[in-house]
Amino acid sequence: MNAPLLQLNDVTIRFGGLTAVNAVNFRVHADELCGLIGPNGAGKTTVFNLITGVYQPTAGTIQLANRPISGRRVNEIVAMGIARTFQNIRLFGSLSVFDNVRVACNLHHPSNPLQTLIRGSRFRRDEAAVAAHVHELLEIFNLRRFQDAPARSLPYGEQRRLEIVRCLATKPKILLLDEPAAGMNPTEKVELIRLIQQIQKQFSLSILLVEHSMKVVMGCCQRIAVLDYGVKIAEGTPAEIQSNPQVIEAYLGENHTTSLAHH
Amino acid sequence: MPKPTLALLSAFLFAFGVSLLSDRLDPYYLDVVIGVGINLILAVSLNLVNGYTGQFSLGHAGFMAVGAYFSAAISLFVAPAFIGPAGTSALSQGAFFLAALATGGICAASAGLLVGVPSLRLKGDYLALVTLGFGEIIRVLFQNIEKFGGALGLNRIPAYTTIFWVIAFLALTLFVVTCLVHSTYGRGFLATRDDEIASEAVGLNPTRYKIVAFVIGAFFAGIAGGLYGHFKLTITPTGFGFEKSIEIVVMVIMGGMGNTLGVILAAVLLTLLPELLRPIAEYRMIIYSLLLIVMMLARPQGLFNFKFGQTRS
Ligand SMILES: Nc1ncnc2c1ncn2[C@@H]1O[C@H](COP(=O)(O)OP(=O)(O)OP(=O)(O)O)[C@@H](O)[C@H]1O
Ligand SMILES: [Mg+2]
Repeated sequence: MNAPLLQLNDVTIRFGGLTAVNAVNFRVHADELCGLIGPNGAGKTTVFNLITGVYQPTAGTIQLANRPISGRRVNEIVAMGIARTFQNIRLFGSLSVFDNVRVACNLHHPSNPLQTLIRGSRFRRDEAAVAAHVHELLEIFNLRRFQDAPARSLPYGEQRRLEIVRCLATKPKILLLDEPAAGMNPTEKVELIRLIQQIQKQFSLSILLVEHSMKVVMGCCQRIAVLDYGVKIAEGTPAEIQSNPQVIEAYLGENHTTSLAHH
Repeated sequence: MPKPTLALLSAFLFAFGVSLLSDRLDPYYLDVVIGVGINLILAVSLNLVNGYTGQFSLGHAGFMAVGAYFSAAISLFVAPAFIGPAGTSALSQGAFFLAALATGGICAASAGLLVGVPSLRLKGDYLALVTLGFGEIIRVLFQNIEKFGGALGLNRIPAYTTIFWVIAFLALTLFVVTCLVHSTYGRGFLATRDDEIASEAVGLNPTRYKIVAFVIGAFFAGIAGGLYGHFKLTITPTGFGFEKSIEIVVMVIMGGMGNTLGVILAAVLLTLLPELLRPIAEYRMIIYSLLLIVMMLARPQGLFNFKFGQTRS
């Protein structure tokens, strides 16, 4: 297989006496759709916070396309090509849907305060290009009809999708989704699975998905890692994970496997 | 030509037109209008910091003081060296005044950078504390500088401020704030206010945005200070105290943080009110405080913020 896009090498983080993530090794390759699962408090969100530079690892290294990312600031890591959504949605509530996506375009259309005053031809061309790009992205996600509404007024499911669109505006190489299906009904979950697979292909990016809904994880992912108390206890294909006794013991439970088998 | 630039040039022409008529206007009303205009520059510029960027600054009067003192110093100590005994034409007087105001603005912006860089890096409400302290330090500093007249301040500042300059600089302030905010770049100010963590997560640098807003805000506070000094002709350190900062903050909050039109209405209202209610001017601070409390309870989105109220869910 080709060289991994994202690499976690023996990554550990301690908060005081608590080892939230313990010597985790994990790789995501280009165009791969991976899952990260585990019980509440297993350290999944903490792994995202480590990858995106919110936390610095106590030990171990993280690399994107063989470049170390530890020590860099959050916004620099986004510029390198890692985008993420948040478990408890973080939109710019008072900004319009359009502006939520537009503001993320600054990364690839940088301008400075002086240009906004002079408004020369290059500035205007750039603003038009940004607007066209935002419209295009909103169209894919069926959010164009909400474009002038403040983000906080959107229904819950649409807010989750808007957060993903906003990520795509930063043109990521890898997208980290933290429980995108939380609070969605079964129909919305089916739609979400389709959407995740679609953007993975259309934008040819890698996706790392944290999710409690087994339906979504098993439906999307090619490979899954399981965390328990900060330790990676298993890794493999959906079928392997579902039949792994250690995973069933720690997380899935007997009922879960049988209920999945019925689907 | 881009529309905002056209609007700015029209505003300059309008200012010129008004200044031609100003001889026929009642000087009392003219003074009131100049006072309102200066407060508008202060409120609109503070709105960039407190409103659009969501950083609670309590030091606007401090930056105003820096601008007032340094521009007055240029007019009093530097310009006379260039002006011959025969006096000076209106044009060169205008040029000197412009240079004095620019110096005041740049000094205030530099002070803004000095105060902003260390305090804006910190998360939380440190800025309110630091800017509060800054305002006091500035006051004490000017009180103890011999050259600046100590506690007596500076007087006999030339009366350069006219309705023309006030309208022109108000237009410039509105132009800068509006152009900044209405752009892909400028949406970053609002994003920083709404959610700093999310703004970093989409690749913005919130600290940089806060500093830019703060420095531009301080620059225009400095300009307003310069206009104020050359209008009142006397400035004292106590004239730029904490009360003045609060007065401007109240205008911004009443207008509905980050809503330029609302802030303009609030600034006009709050400048005219004491003018109309001269007998109770003593109680101004009490009235402001009560207004703030009632506002926070009854209309937290601001008195003049109509859009916000509709879209809230
Ligand atoms: N900044 C922090 N300081 C101290 N402890 C923390 C911090 N961040 C996370 N933790 C702890 O680390 C552990 C892992 O938390 P994390 O949020 O990563 O779990 P999770 O797998 O995302 O769980 P969930 O499925 O509930 O979202 C928890 O015990 C949590 O309390
Ligand atoms: Mg989590």
